[in-house]
Amino acid sequence: MLYAVLCYNDGATVFSWTKEEDDAVMGRLSVVHEKWEKAGKLKPSLRLLPTSAATTLRKKDNEVLDGPYAETKEQLLGFYIIEVDNLEEGLVFTRELAVANPGGAYELRPIMLYNPGSPVEAR
Amino acid sequence: MTDLAWIDAALVSARPQAVAALLRYFRDLDLAEEAYQDACLRALKNWPKNGPPRDAAAWLIMVGRNAAIDVTRRRAKQTELPDEDQISDLSDVETEVAQRLDEADYRDDVLRLLFICCHPDIPPTQQVALALRIVSGLTLPQIAKAFLVGESAMEQRITRAKAKVAGAGVPFEAPNAVDRAERLASVAAMVYLVFNEGYSAADPASDRASLCDEAIRLARLLLRMYPSEPEIMGLLALMLLQHSRIAARFDADSNAILLEHQDRKKWKRPLIQEGLALIDKAIRQRTPGPYQIQAAIAGLHARAETPDETDWAEIDGLYQALERHTPSPVITLNRSVAVAKLHGPHKPRSISSHRLKIALAATSISTARAALS
Repeated sequence: MLYAVLCYNDGATVFSWTKEEDDAVMGRLSVVHEKWEKAGKLKPSLRLLPTSAATTLRKKDNEVLDGPYAETKEQLLGFYIIEVDNLEEGLVFTRELAVANPGGAYELRPIMLYNPGSPVEAR
Repeated sequence: MTDLAWIDAALVSARPQAVAALLRYFRDLDLAEEAYQDACLRALKNWPKNGPPRDAAAWLIMVGRNAAIDVTRRRAKQTELPDEDQISDLSDVETEVAQRLDEADYRDDVLRLLFICCHPDIPPTQQVALALRIVSGLTLPQIAKAFLVGESAMEQRITRAKAKVAGAGVPFEAPNAVDRAERLASVAAMVYLVFNEGYSAADPASDRASLCDEAIRLARLLLRMYPSEPEIMGLLALMLLQHSRIAARFDADSNAILLEHQDRKKWKRPLIQEGLALIDKAIRQRTPGPYQIQAAIAGLHARAETPDETDWAEIDGLYQALERHTPSPVITLNRSVAVAKLHGPHKPRSISSHRLKIALAATSISTARAALS
């Protein structure tokens, strides 16, 4: 079974950590990552940039908003990882998706760290 | 993380909102600070026992207010202290307060608090010291160390600034759109001053250099409250991009290393990524300003993997735009560097030699070096 593990915390606090605090947490996490990666069970893992770097496309009015997706009525149902030249190209991609699948929103959040992990077969 | 470390981080991040709301309530900086500190002491006792509150800022505001009112009453009547749990038990009201104090209230409160610190009557060095004391909550010895002055001199500086603020009359009504934009501009300038104080430090581990982190934290706070302000995105991007070079900017003897000689592998990629992402967002608004343009210039340097890959034509164009926004000899000089890179050192074609002379006369070599490092 493949699972997505979504990480939640208070962004204001986490991004107030000193470099030492941040390094300490990342160091402890990497011990766990290594163990599970060795077992071939850790697939891609990533750390996102803060929500202030996010941009949201509201599909209904094709409206672009600064900041994260803030509504609580809708639930997170999936996500894509894309590699594009800039935000504008990322928005082109989400607009094409929006035509194919209207309703809800897409939030574009830049990725800070990307660890590919062990390969996974398509299923 | 231990209990104490978690609480400390939560207190630091809730401080601007809490102090700002208490200031609106008490309309006195010293009283607001006292109330906040009182609330922090109670948090240290209460949170490990009862667990973290849902909204740390709202908890601190309520407890700070209750405690201060209680002190006033006690002074008046010499009555007995109420039970500690009575003051700090907010399980019912906390949610309600958190709902009432929505983002818009916090926004105006925090902006007011920052704006007070950059009152035009206060000289810039005092503005920065006051903001670090009141908004960031740095201690007097920390600020004195960062500014390389004695503690008593720094205490005087802050006391004078506070007296000016108290005498100047602080606007407590909610600002209209024009006032808000003006306040935001002065606050942005003050945050950039904090950053530049730190940026001048040669030792990345010094107290002085930590001012860069503090400025970045304040800019993040501003951007969370004003997520669509392109100049705030530009300010944060500019500082992140400049700060990304911190490990490469000085040699072992604390001499500045010019941008083109820096080891670009030492530049911090996550800061660069965040800076570039913010520039991308800001550009979409199509209202360029000085911070965005400077960030875009820093972004072009950050994108170049080697100095030869630098897009000097684009940088020249951005400096021209910057000259139109904020004409200054330093900018003209910086642009001449871009033009020289583009056309060779002897042909600063599009810059009149007269302006260049003025620029050179007004700018010492060290300023030029600092601007390039």
